[in-house]
Parts: sequence; C-alpha cells; structure tokens
Amino acid sequence: MSQEKSLRPSATFPQNVLDEIHRAADEGIYEIRGFGAKRTLPNFDDLVFLGASMSRYPLEGYREKCATNVVLGTRYAKRPIELKIPITIAGMSFGSLGAHAKEALGRAATSMGTSTTTGDGGMTEEERQSSKTLVYQVLPSRYGLNPDDVRRADALEVVVGQGAKPGGGGMLLGHKITQRVAEMRDLPQEIDQRSACRHPDWTGPDDLEIKIQELREITDFEIPIYVKVGATRVSYDVALAVKSGADVIVVDGMQGGTAATQDVFIEHVGIPTLPAVRMAVEALQELGMHRKVQLIVSGGIRSGADADKAFALGADAVSIGSAAMVALGCNRDLYVEDYAALGTAPGYCHHCHTGRCPVGITTQDADLEERLRPEQGARWLRNYLSTMVLEIQTLARACGKTHVLNLEPEDLTALTIEAAAMAKVPLAGTNWIPGNNK
Amino acid sequence: MTAFDLSSDTVRALNQHLHQTPSGELSVTNPGGRHCIACGIDSPVDVSIDGHVGYYCAGMNKDAQVTIRGNAGPGVAENIMSGTVRVQGNASQYAGASGQGGTLIIDGDASARCGISMKGVDIVVAGSVGHMSAFLAQKGRLVVCGDAGDFLGDSIYEACIYVRGKVGELGADCIEKEMTTEHVKSLRQLLAATGIDASADEFRRYGSARKLYNFNIDHADAY
Amino acid sequence: MCGIVGIYLKNQDLNPELGGLLAAMLVEMSDRGPDSAGIALYRDPVPDTSCKLTLYANGSYDWSALQREMAAELAAEVKLEIHASHAVVVSSVPVATVQHWLRTERPELRIMSAGSAIEIYKEKGQPREFVRQFKLHDLNGSHALGHTRMATESAVTTEHSHPFSTGMDLCLVHNGSLSNHNRLRQKLRDEGVDIQTDNDSEVAAGYLMWRLREGDSLEEALENSLKDLDGFYTFAIGTRDGFAVLRDPIACKPAVMAETDDWVAMSSEFRAIAQLPGVSNASIWEPSPATVYTWGQ
Repeated sequence: MSQEKSLRPSATFPQNVLDEIHRAADEGIYEIRGFGAKRTLPNFDDLVFLGASMSRYPLEGYREKCATNVVLGTRYAKRPIELKIPITIAGMSFGSLGAHAKEALGRAATSMGTSTTTGDGGMTEEERQSSKTLVYQVLPSRYGLNPDDVRRADALEVVVGQGAKPGGGGMLLGHKITQRVAEMRDLPQEIDQRSACRHPDWTGPDDLEIKIQELREITDFEIPIYVKVGATRVSYDVALAVKSGADVIVVDGMQGGTAATQDVFIEHVGIPTLPAVRMAVEALQELGMHRKVQLIVSGGIRSGADADKAFALGADAVSIGSAAMVALGCNRDLYVEDYAALGTAPGYCHHCHTGRCPVGITTQDADLEERLRPEQGARWLRNYLSTMVLEIQTLARACGKTHVLNLEPEDLTALTIEAAAMAKVPLAGTNWIPGNNK
Repeated sequence: MTAFDLSSDTVRALNQHLHQTPSGELSVTNPGGRHCIACGIDSPVDVSIDGHVGYYCAGMNKDAQVTIRGNAGPGVAENIMSGTVRVQGNASQYAGASGQGGTLIIDGDASARCGISMKGVDIVVAGSVGHMSAFLAQKGRLVVCGDAGDFLGDSIYEACIYVRGKVGELGADCIEKEMTTEHVKSLRQLLAATGIDASADEFRRYGSARKLYNFNIDHADAY
Repeated sequence: MCGIVGIYLKNQDLNPELGGLLAAMLVEMSDRGPDSAGIALYRDPVPDTSCKLTLYANGSYDWSALQREMAAELAAEVKLEIHASHAVVVSSVPVATVQHWLRTERPELRIMSAGSAIEIYKEKGQPREFVRQFKLHDLNGSHALGHTRMATESAVTTEHSHPFSTGMDLCLVHNGSLSNHNRLRQKLRDEGVDIQTDNDSEVAAGYLMWRLREGDSLEEALENSLKDLDGFYTFAIGTRDGFAVLRDPIACKPAVMAETDDWVAMSSEFRAIAQLPGVSNASIWEPSPATVYTWGQ
C-alpha cells in the first residue's frame, strides 16, 4: 500500500495568509479588528531579575516595606497627581467600550488609588463619577472635547499617537455609533467614523508647545499635561515632548491594543515596548529630565513582572489597557456560542470592532452590556490590580528595594540577544550588550 | 471698564482675571501677537483686544464676546462652545477649529483649514477662505462671502457650507447642493446677526454626498 | 521644528539698524527653537575681484596667524573680522582658490558661507545668548535671515543648525520636517553635492544648490523642489539681493509676511514681526501653499 504524501505548507503563504488574501479578494477592504499585535515579539519575558544572593540582601515580605507610590506631573502643575500604585488604566473610549466597562474601570482604579483615562469620545458622567483621578485625552478628533470637562479633569493627555497605530486616527464602525455615542461625538448615527490622524490646530512640536500653553492657560496651570506617543522614533519624540513642555510622557509600544484598526497597522507599525522604554529613559537622561518629567509606559504590560522590568529600565509608572479588559472578562470562557457566532473562540477573540463583545465590554448593545455588571467588573479588576501590586512588591523586595522605583537596569539580565540589545542589558552569563560599540 | 496692557501685564494675569470675572467689559491693549489671549473664558464678559493676536485667541470660549481689532494667529476661537468671537482683520490657519457652538466672525480673510473638524459652530467670513476649509466638518455652518480655496469640505459630514464667490476644487465627498428657501432664510438670519452686508440669494450651498458614510469598495479612491 | 525670521530693508537708511531689528525678531522665536540659533546677514559687499567667507572654529583659534598665512601663501590682501567663534575673511583672490587652500591647509575650520555679501553665524544655545555673543545690535546690512532650532531628528550641534549655505551668497532656513531626505541625500552626494550632516534641512539646501548648478533659476529650482521634496516645510531662502519664501502644498507649518514702505519681513509667528517699526501700518498676509515668492532686486 503506497503511503500518502504528507501535505507541504508554504512558510511564505501559510493558511492564515491564504485566508486573508481570499478575504481581501472577496471584500475589497483591509481587515479591521481589535486587540493588539498578535505576532511574537521581543518582550519583557526575555529579561529576568537578578534576585538577592550573597552580595545583595532581600527584604522580608510584609514587614519590611516596599513602597509603590508615585507622583506624576511635578514639572509645572500646581496639583500633581499622587498615585498609590504605579499602574494606571490607559485611555479607552466610551464608544469602543460600553458604559458598564468604563464604570468598572473607574471604580476599581479609585479603590486602588490610581487613575483612569478617557478615550476618543470624550468624558462620560459615569467615568467622572466613578473614577477619582481621571486623565482627559485631547485627541486629533476632538470628539466631545469641552472646557467644562477640561476644567474638571485631574490631568490632560495630548495624544499624538498610540502603539497600535502610530500615525493613524481613531476608528469606530457604524454599528457601534448608537444615539448616545453619536451625540457625544457630533456624528450621524450608524455611520463609519472617519477620524483625523493629525490634530486640527497644530502640527509639530514647535506648535505643540503653544498648544500646551493654551491648555495650561485654560486650566490656570493647575493640572499636569501629559503627551502620549506610539513608540516609533522614541528618542526624538521624548526629547521633543520635553521641549514642548510636557509634564509627563506616555510611550505606548506596538503591543498596545485598540478596539478597531487595520490589521496591517497593528502588526507592522511601531516598535515593541521593550526597546521603547530604554530609548525613552535615555532621551530623558540626556536632557537631565529623568524623574523630573515622568515616564509612563504601556503596550502589553501583563503582570507585576512586566511592570517591574519597566521600572528597572527607568519608567515611573506603567499603564494597562488590554490587560484591564482581560480582567473584566475579555476572552473569558463564557457565552462560548456567542464567540462562535463571531467566528472566533475564547482565547482567540479580537472582535471588539464588531460591537458584539460576548462578555459585554466593547459593545453598545444593552443586552450584551448586561453581561458585565459594573460591580463585578470592578471587583475583578481590583483583584487583578492587587495581584499585580503584590507581584511588583515581591520581586522588588527580592532585589532588595524599599521602593519599586529603586529598581535599576543592573537588576536585570537578558535571555536573548535581541532583548539584550533592545534593553541594553547584558546577556545572561556574559558582560555583553550587543550594539553597544558603535 | 477694566484694562490690561500686555506690554506690562502678563497674559497669565489677564486670563486668570477673566476666569474669575462673571460679567462686565474688559479692554486689552498692546497684544503684540502674543498667544493664548482670552482663552478658556466661561462667563458673559465683553473683551475688546486692540491689535494683533497670536495663536489660540479665545480658545474654548464659552459665553463671552471677544472682539479682536486686528489679525488673529492660528486657531482663533478653537473649540468655541458659545458666545461670539469677531476678528476685524484676517485670521490665520485653523480658525474655529473643532468649534461646537457660538459664532466666529471674520471681517477679513481666513487662511487654510478654516472650520476644520467643526462640530456645531457658525463661522462667517466676509472675505475668502484658504484651502482644506471645513475639512472633516461635522456640524455647523461655514459662510464665505468671498472665494474658497481648493479641497473645500473634504470628508465633510453634516456641516453646511455657503459660498458666494468662486470655489476651487471640491474635497472628497463634498458636492454642491440645492439652495432651498429654508436655507436662504436661515443664511439671511445668520448674515443679519453678524452685520455683514451680503445678500443670501447670491450664495451657493455645499455639503456631504454621504458616499463615505459606510465603506463601499467602489468609492475606495476617495479615501 | 523651529522658528524662522527674515527681513529685507527697502529703505536703505535703516541698514545700520538691521542687526537690532533681526535680534528682536530672533529672540521672539526662542520658545519655538531653544536649542540653537543662526543667522545669515547680507552686508558690506566686497568688490568683484574679492570674495568673503565666514569661518567657524570649534574652540579658541589663532585667527591672526590664519590671516598672515593666508595673505602670504595666497599672495593676496586678506582682511579678517572676528565675531565670537566665527571669523569673516575677505580675500582679493577668487573664491575657489581660497576654499581649496582652507580645505587643504586648515581642514579643522568649517566654511559657513561664501559669496560677496553673505555672512553666516550659527551657535548652540538660547537665541538671547546668541544675540549677545555676536553683538548683533552692532551689525548693519541690507537683509537677513534668522533661525531658532528645536532639533527633531538630528543632533544639536553647530553643524546641524540653520542657515545652510547652498552656494555663493545663497542660504536656506527651514521650519518643518522632510520625509524623504535620506534617499535624496544619497542621490545628491552621487551628484557631487557636499552634504555633511544627517540633517533634513541640509538636504533641502543641497537640493537647491544642485538645481541651480544644473541651470535652474531660483524660481525654477524652488518649483522643482515642490516635486522632489516630500514632507512639511516653510523655506526662506537668502540671495545676494533679496530673499524667497516657499511653503509645501499641504502648508501646515506657519508663515506670516508683512510689508511696509521701509521693509518686507517674514516669520513663523506674527509676534516676531510685531517688534518692527511701522508695523501698525504694514500689510500682513500669509503666503499661499506651493507658491514661490521673491523679493529684492
């Protein structure tokens, strides 16, 4: 009996690439989806901590304090932001998320002593009420932006870009533009939103400097002004943000999530968070601004280990978006038939753009939203944040730190050559940092 | 009447004062092209500025009447919520950018991107406007008594544009539309309110063809 | 990203005040450009048989020795005027001779400009400090360009500062960010244009010099740059007898012009022009995108 020949796949045209080309041939438009970059990228897993040993002593758990507090916006603001934990909730719009999700984020953040951030749709009452410390984004679209909300924000965040799509604008598809969303954004209902990718009234850091002045004038210099960039030319961008007058800089790596963006954008634009952190810190150090202009890092932060590695490289805080949604139930093993109806399954879902989120997070549909009760969501997220904080403290104590921000690059070593080069941390077992000798 | 002389007083002091003033009149002299003058006002004060201003004059204006007896730099009355801002000279780029309400009147010309991203403001320009005006304009009215530059109303949503003079190349999805008696009437009222001498019958109307509202492959090259 | 300023005096009675007028404009642009400042002054034109070069030395320099040696080895009359870290050298021999000698004998010196009237000074640091160092208020001239820099993609050094000299009595200042300068830099180098830094503005300057060398008029060269240069820019170009302004077709970077009977001025922000005498009677306008404007003889 002759053996069947084994089937031979093409590495250049594997099944998912074939499927995508067939889909493009059918539909004539790029694939739009939610979530962040799904492909394998160098990330914090490739760095490990050098815990205590003979030469370095650990702190006892619980009794010997490891402090986690951080102050953001000390450069110019009269009222900087004091956080109990160095983890904030990243900007996600009402529109991409439902009201229950925004409320859950606010409640959890407040109970943990940290901040949430509005997104590309403006500030909702629910979020302002539920979130004690709220950062208000100023985006290219300016949907819903108004001086009353500016004045009741605790900080402003001028968004130049985000990690999922540096150089792209906001996107919300028609089925998520309900009456409420439409009113907030001054758009007709049910249309596909087209957004600007540049701000309407400034272009370039020289003009941004004047824009930041305007925001300070309107808020009487009370509150911090953040500048957020997607990670691309991080060294230049951080230096320019400092020169434009930012109090805080947010750098969002390519793993950063979105509710709706072209897949090619998510997967092929921007650099991973790992090199972005190091580049941002170096730029701040060169200007003598490290710790004076605070750095918040986001883009695929998943655990206390990731957070601590970002701190060791020099970040002042981390921000979570996708991870917060996962805590709220994203990709959880519930309502499995609804995942299937979308053509996906728990663990694989990136269908935020459809507005049919099976667990009620990224939807405007009232029935689906019921699946996420704000109190339950808040409890989940609070638990997750508490876990992250415990992890942060455990690892920091093991490295002998009484404050998590005392972690430094020398507490780390790299497991791969790429991670060593990107983070400028030696390859484990060697003194070698690739690329260091130009 | 309170007076501020910006050759000796600071813009900061002026704005702080304006933010704490519930009503009344205020005059500003020697603005010297400075930025952020009279921004963030949220009370019905009457501010008169004698000279040329820089960027973002009357930014995020709410309820106030602001008159600029000179030219305005980029972003005049950006994000205006209500009230009236009048520029007696010319306005630079982005005049009235993302404005949500109120009225911006420009007695001279406005430069590029007049009314960009507008969300409900009424902008009336006695002169001409530059290219890319009313780009991504969502709501509100832009009235141009002179000419409009190229790419007028590119990617426009539901905002309404009236032009009396010549229009260059129209932007994506922007088309000429019928001037009904309703439109003439509403335009006449708006012009009368601004005191600009122009007859509503002489204007043409432009707005969205609405072909880009939901993606359709046949319109792909409009993106 | 930066601030640019320019002033051309129609009324020559104002020539002694050029430096002071330029200084006031430059300092108003400090916020836009805190990293470094540079100017091109057109003053004291030398006769056709002579040439004027501006030289820059990194650190202290024995300029008198240079003057003596040049005079001796070139068999020429050499006049030298020190301006802070720069020196203006006028020699009664052809410019190619002087440039060749300097490049071989004094390679440590940087030639900032060459021509009959132009002088270019550039230095790191705040504009206010620049004005003081170069005693700008004491300098006369017929027209000038100035630039304050906020470095975007290349280093903060004197070499990376504007104005960039593109040829005899020619220079360029730029506000904006080019997006295709890297490929263009290589092409220009292949055409024999000497480009020394990774700065995008230097590529624009080199491009203009190349087009002029190929026989374009200044207007034609600027029209061609609209096709070949990609990105956002406002350019101000200095020529022996005047200046030119060009904005890219998208025209997001600012530009304001003003004119009276006495002068024509240009700036990134009106507040720099607000300093000038007679500005209350000036006509003020903004240059249209993709349109070449020129002033002068």
